[in-house]
Amino acid sequence: MMTSQNKSLLQVRDLTTTFYRNGRALRAVDGISFDVHAGEVLGLVGESGSGKSISLRSIIGLARDYGTVEGNVYWKGEDLLTRTDKQLQCVRGSQISMIFQEPMTSLNPLLTVGLQIEENLKAHTDLDRPARKARAIELLDTVGIPGASSRLRDFPHQFSGGMRQRVMIAIALASCPELLLADEPTTALDVTIQDQILQLLLSLAKNLNMAIVLVTHDLGVVAQTCDRVAVMYAGRLVETGSVRDVLKRPRHPYTLGLLKSVPESVPPRTPLYSVPGTPPALDALPKGCAFAPRCHMVEDICLGNRPPLSEIGEQISSACHFPEVAGEEVSA
Amino acid sequence: MSSLSYLVSRLMQIIPTFLLVMVVIFLLVRMLPGDPAIAMADAKATEAQLELIRQKLGLNEPLVMQFLYFVKNTLSGDMGTSILLKAPVLEVIAERIPVTAFLTLYAVCLSILIAGPLAFVAALNKNGGLDIAIRTGFQIGLSTPVFYIGLLLLTFLAASLGLFPVGGYGATFLQRLHHLILPALTVALYTSAIIMRNLRSAVIEVLDADYVQFARSKGLSRSVILGRHVLRNAMISTVTLLGLSIGALMSGTLVTETVFAVPGLGRLMLEAIFARDYPLIQGLTLTFAVMVSLVFLFTDMVQAWLDPRLRLS
Ligand SMILES: Nc1ncnc2c1ncn2[C@@H]1O[C@H](COP(=O)(O)OP(=O)(O)OP(=O)(O)O)[C@@H](O)[C@H]1O
Ligand code: SF4
Ligand SMILES: [Mg+2]
Repeated sequence: MMTSQNKSLLQVRDLTTTFYRNGRALRAVDGISFDVHAGEVLGLVGESGSGKSISLRSIIGLARDYGTVEGNVYWKGEDLLTRTDKQLQCVRGSQISMIFQEPMTSLNPLLTVGLQIEENLKAHTDLDRPARKARAIELLDTVGIPGASSRLRDFPHQFSGGMRQRVMIAIALASCPELLLADEPTTALDVTIQDQILQLLLSLAKNLNMAIVLVTHDLGVVAQTCDRVAVMYAGRLVETGSVRDVLKRPRHPYTLGLLKSVPESVPPRTPLYSVPGTPPALDALPKGCAFAPRCHMVEDICLGNRPPLSEIGEQISSACHFPEVAGEEVSA
Repeated sequence: MSSLSYLVSRLMQIIPTFLLVMVVIFLLVRMLPGDPAIAMADAKATEAQLELIRQKLGLNEPLVMQFLYFVKNTLSGDMGTSILLKAPVLEVIAERIPVTAFLTLYAVCLSILIAGPLAFVAALNKNGGLDIAIRTGFQIGLSTPVFYIGLLLLTFLAASLGLFPVGGYGATFLQRLHHLILPALTVALYTSAIIMRNLRSAVIEVLDADYVQFARSKGLSRSVILGRHVLRNAMISTVTLLGLSIGALMSGTLVTETVFAVPGLGRLMLEAIFARDYPLIQGLTLTFAVMVSLVFLFTDMVQAWLDPRLRLS
């Protein structure tokens, strides 16, 4: 326990983000805790609306304008949540970068791509103008944009979706961050480009010794790219562990459901929506286990008592009253 | 370049508008009961003078020919003689254009100066006390008739306190700024309310946009984010609205010039209407149409300059 704490770059503790809509509290992120170690790739999976994007935004202080964010986010021993926006400027984009989910809307349509890369360099490095330009070209080249030097003066609408995603990656990597928060960097793209971008991210991470939190819908992607995985359901983490352990023998029925919905004969990258039923509304969560209405193993205790995320083995945790039976089918 | 072809295509689009305006102006006089020549001439005109007008307007020929004469005369700068001022319509109008142009531009600048910063302050304090105060203030401005505001300003600031001139139009640029401040302010109160409302919601919307959140995640300073990523994007819709409200601005000018005795086109128009000075009414209508079209064109240019998606598609 001690050693893993020392190694970890980012420690998220009881992160809770609440929005208020029409006077009702809506808990998009509900007390999640996890660590990210230097250089590792952590997968964050869950259905649409489970709070993945809001978790990432909360970490770098982008969610608090819209709701309240509580808990602790330790970055190199310092709690980012206590810092003001101004104090966060030297962390954002330089030590921790984020790639947004939507490549089509995340670049400013009125500014050239070159400017949008260079402004990051201007904020975080001492490079002069020509050096910034050279670095911008180098970055576009690294992320695989052909004719990089001639494209600096182009505007986002002159790039395809995949190319915009690459531009966003180039911007995020501009100042060599130690941690990259990648919010579904590939879902908006078609399959071949998805593969390219993932491979690109992985090789860059290896070369720069950069850790990644990779948000995805897709357990196939997790299996291919991540070291550890955290499964999110209705704003809470329901299972965490090494990818090998979790995929081999999940300890939560929801993870099992996700896993079963990836057919073996079909290549990965198939979206997994086939767990029957829908997630509960965030402003009307059941008293007990939030997964109970969809769970095939539900018992009386599940309805009255909410199971906490607790360690049940060597670095594997589950938020289920019956973790040992949950994954029997896969391991059998 | 593509910017040039954009300009040309926009200029081409103005032509149909003009034709339509010409038709309306042409019919205006023809629809009056009786002889158009009498409408176009002084009441004391002799039969010989009337005959001259008939010939010039081609009144003895078919309607289509009359229209062509009308277009030809107008294009060659001959819009007839003002009954009221006994001078060529073109001359009378040319003399007054700078006054109204100055007043309108002045009002627009004032409203941008008033509304721009306040809209930003309101948006950044969304639903806070400051926001509510600003919005309420402008709401009152918006719901009060222009002439009423004008009269209030005139009574208090000009007549009672003697801070500003009661009317007229100065000779030098600075004098004009001084003379026209109350009328410009009167017009600006209305337009600034429109700008404020639109710009405030545009800023609020842009602040939430993914690209602004992404810019924040890059660790940019607040001033760079507001100045580079928010301002320009929020301005686009406001520029459009400002262009579209030029009609309202012009009618505001009409009333304001009258209240403040400013010798501009608006006051001329009212005088022309009261005197049934048809040649002058025709000329002024056409002038207003030209001005509105130019403003639309200018708005489009500004938008294309702001938004590369318009410029480069
Ligand atoms: N500004 C906001 N105000 C209120 N509710 C919000 C706000 N932003 C997000 N939410 C809600 O928070 C929940 C979590 O949203 P989030 O975007 O994190 O989901 P996600 O897991 O990223 O889903 P997806 O896979 O679709 O991207 C959703 O129910 C969403 O409606
Ligand atoms: S706690 Fe109960 S309802 Fe919840 S996942 Fe486990 S078995 Fe299912
Ligand atoms: Mg998301």
